[in-house]
Amino acid sequence: MLRKLLVPAGLLLIAGLFALASAPALAETTQAPLKSPSWSFSGPFGMYDQGQLQRGFKVYTEVCAQCHSLNLVAFHNLGDPGGPFFNPKYPNPNENPVVKAVAAAWPRQVPDIDSDTGDPIHRPATTADVPTPPFPNEPAARASNGGALPPDMSLLVAAREGGPDYVYSLVAYGYKPTPAGITSAPPGKYYNEIFPGDLSSTWSGKGDVPPGGFISMPPPLTNCKVTFDDGTPCTVDQEAKDVAAFLTWASDPHMDERKQTGLAVMIYLLIFTGLLYVSYRQIWRGVAH
Amino acid sequence: MSGPSSYEPKTAIERWLDSRLPIVRFGADLMDFPTPKNLNYWWTFGGILAFCLGTQLVTGVILAMHYDPSGAGAFNSVQHIMRDVNYGWLIRYIHANGAAMFFLAVYIHIFRGIYYGSFKAPREVLWLIGAAIYVVMMATAFFGYVLVWGQMSFWAAKVITNLFGAIPVIGPSLATWIWGGFTVDAPTLNRFYSLHYLAPFVIAALVVLHIWALHVPGNNNPTGVNVKSKSDTLPFHPYYTVKDGFAVSVFMILFAVFVFYMPEAMGHVDNNIPANPLATPAHIVPEWYLLPYYAILRAVPDKLMGVMALAAAVVCIFALPWLDTSRVRSMRYRPQARLYFIIFVFDCLLLGLCGAHEPDEPFIRGLTGFQLLDGDITSYLWVSRIASLYYFAYFLLITPILGLRETPLPAPESISTPVLAHPAAAPAGAAAAPEKKG
Repeated sequence: MLRKLLVPAGLLLIAGLFALASAPALAETTQAPLKSPSWSFSGPFGMYDQGQLQRGFKVYTEVCAQCHSLNLVAFHNLGDPGGPFFNPKYPNPNENPVVKAVAAAWPRQVPDIDSDTGDPIHRPATTADVPTPPFPNEPAARASNGGALPPDMSLLVAAREGGPDYVYSLVAYGYKPTPAGITSAPPGKYYNEIFPGDLSSTWSGKGDVPPGGFISMPPPLTNCKVTFDDGTPCTVDQEAKDVAAFLTWASDPHMDERKQTGLAVMIYLLIFTGLLYVSYRQIWRGVAH
Repeated sequence: MSGPSSYEPKTAIERWLDSRLPIVRFGADLMDFPTPKNLNYWWTFGGILAFCLGTQLVTGVILAMHYDPSGAGAFNSVQHIMRDVNYGWLIRYIHANGAAMFFLAVYIHIFRGIYYGSFKAPREVLWLIGAAIYVVMMATAFFGYVLVWGQMSFWAAKVITNLFGAIPVIGPSLATWIWGGFTVDAPTLNRFYSLHYLAPFVIAALVVLHIWALHVPGNNNPTGVNVKSKSDTLPFHPYYTVKDGFAVSVFMILFAVFVFYMPEAMGHVDNNIPANPLATPAHIVPEWYLLPYYAILRAVPDKLMGVMALAAAVVCIFALPWLDTSRVRSMRYRPQARLYFIIFVFDCLLLGLCGAHEPDEPFIRGLTGFQLLDGDITSYLWVSRIASLYYFAYFLLITPILGLRETPLPAPESISTPVLAHPAAAPAGAAAAPEKKG
């Protein structure tokens, strides 16, 4: 009986794996292989490391936020379970003093309307606000960045092949001197072997076309550009790792909850399935089929 | 339904209701329905599909409470569901992965129907309704995918609606009419939302007809032999409720693995970028379950011909009961047909693989052959052409001709009769005449 079951179950699995294998389309653009540090949140039991999220948020605030918005993450989200400033003492993150302080200290105030006069004003952020973006609109952002638009970072990790590995690899070691065989490097752009691109048209050197492309973002991190309060060494590698972890959380803030729920669901389903199988054997006992 | 009803109202209120609206009798007869006792696990996918439809309906109704179908708000409202709505992430991941699980189950269900000849007389109408459900399912899935209003949503809508523009004479006006404007835009999203909410109820109505049409001739079974006596069957409840229940539960485990541990595995990263009409993604690919059709579409160099090939691929499924000339239902007793069927299954998977890749990519990395017409012979383009050719040949040549020419193995007298120890041990003379249609 179990043997009869194995065939459909096996095929189901194969079909599932096939679906996975066929999903990502290969690109003509190239990039160097991504480096994958060991993330605390990888695997079915992996969870975010709160200290790392706090460090990553500091990197975002002090470096990335100069150009990149974070429009889908409100300050109070920082105090949600699994978030960088979650504190079990404050189940309502709006009461969390750290979250309140972070919102109040955000360098850019919130454009608003004076409710009495209707005049446009700027007020300090509250926990209900999202971090005020660095540019008021897209043309302003492009004008300040040589025509390029710094993408919003709320879903950056979810919107890139490779996710956190991509973000980490791009900023930690993707920047390399422009290869000598590149005939026309675009002005104001930086060669990055992780940034997907196609350099075949501008390549006149020997050997294979180098991987990667030209990115508008200058190398954002240097050693100790951000210092960490918890004594973690402030290397570029560490800063990149931490900010990639923070952005993973920003893309997928309920991951901890999801995996915890998943464990309970799997245990429940396995027991339930076992009971159903026993019932099935019991009911079908004595029936020739 | 078949057979006299064995329901006897026990209480006064049941008797009162039974003479006015015999709904309890209806339910009791459904539960008592005589079902062949030899159904294997491939038959559990009907129940699994009912579970999938129910799951999509319930989660979909809840998602609709929080979703904003406006061009400006759609993408962010999906993120609002993912971030702020209580358990919104769970409901949306169930709904998004549920669509894929629905298709996984329906493909197995369709392949089972083909293998065991469940489409043959007297089940042609049952098959036609099933094929109609499949078509409405594809439309529903497509509408739903557009609602996220990410880059892949937008460009998928653009590609698919442009197919209608390929129709001669009326094409361009038809496309404009579908779009509600001169390109895919907010009005398109609005109407797709309306249709996405409507279509599942059309599916549910078709499912009722599908089950009705099933209950007239009754279930087919792995031998394909008709039910001859009561000893061939068991009441649906409890025998098949518990077997289907067990299968649904196993299916739920696979489902849960995707929902909780790899929820984005079947999605495309580009759909986490808001729709942008000015930036075309490097590669526009549909969800995996539509990839075989995408491969057939792109295998044909001419756009209109490609659309016609795509439509023909679906029409073939509808026409199958009249394409198959063999009167032997189950491929258990048709060794040659089984071989071609297995090739057909792999062919469909291969088409899916082709759909996921660019036509000019080499099928095996680093392998180059020679240029044939518009593409390298080892590119996905030619692989998809050969695979498409087999797809149509299976329906239009192999299935009709094989039924007339093959020598099937003897089928058992009845479901209960112990069959010869191994079908291959049967004397050759005992073969049934395949060409006479029943």
